[in-house]
Amino acid sequence: MESIKLHYDISATDFTRAGAASGDVKRVLKELGVAPATIRNVAVAMYEGEINMVIHAGGGEIDVEITEDAIQMILTDHGPGIENVELAMKEGYSTAPDNIRCLGFGAGMGLPNIKKYSDEFRIDTELGVGTTLTLKVYMS
Amino acid sequence: MTVQNLIDTLHLTVLTEGDLEKEITGCYCGDLLSWVMSRAVEGDCWLTVMGNINAVAVAVLTDCACIVLTENAALDADARQRAEQQGVTILTTDKTTYAVAVALSELMK
Ligand SMILES: Nc1ncnc2c1ncn2[C@@H]1O[C@H](COP(=O)(O)OP(=O)(O)OP(=O)(O)O)[C@@H](O)[C@H]1O
Ligand SMILES: [Mg+2]
Repeated sequence: MESIKLHYDISATDFTRAGAASGDVKRVLKELGVAPATIRNVAVAMYEGEINMVIHAGGGEIDVEITEDAIQMILTDHGPGIENVELAMKEGYSTAPDNIRCLGFGAGMGLPNIKKYSDEFRIDTELGVGTTLTLKVYMS
Repeated sequence: MTVQNLIDTLHLTVLTEGDLEKEITGCYCGDLLSWVMSRAVEGDCWLTVMGNINAVAVAVLTDCACIVLTENAALDADARQRAEQQGVTILTTDKTTYAVAVALSELMK
């Protein structure tokens, strides 16, 4: 199979669109007949990454590549970066402000979920420069 | 049990109508979206007080059978519109999440 490449611009602080890119990837994978368990892994990982970009980093870009054996997602933002990655990866750790928590975010479960639902997980971050997540979900 | 069966039995009010013949195969209760996102599974009836557009996105991504807004929790106008576009069923009741979960558990026996 030819690899399929998808690109999304995630707009800053637009909560009404947040989840749209993950939803679109999910639709494409469904049309390709990808196994539901694989689609679920991709949906969870990408949604959490997408929301983090909107909430914590003022938006960014997502590149998705679907090949025969995996779905790769690269999420890049130019936000503040993450000071302490180990802490950010802890379940329950969140710096989300109150107005964001009122929307149902801020449980501090996003990054742990992303790690749990992806087969390969890499986070590159630099303070004042931005954050890049490189994720891979294998086809089951 | 279908979503329609649930509506009839528990006298729920339909706010937006998706596939009412969809089978309910489980239930998840929660308002924190990252928890719901990773725990709710396809066919779940999701009980929550979170009636915003982000909840609709989570319902779409998890393929849950329907959202039930408990304790008359409000549904935002933009959330209603998105749910209609995406075919997400949203129901409402004045009952608590606990009361609905208990009733649902009886129905699923
Ligand atoms: N792209 C990002 N840029 C800057 N900081 C980030 C980014 N993603 C995560 N963080 C930081 O890491 C913390 C933990 O992220 P995580 O997604 O686990 O939780 P959360 O977004 O705060 O809450 P939840 O995802 O449960 O709604 C965030 O509160 C934030 O401080
Ligand atoms: Mg998050």
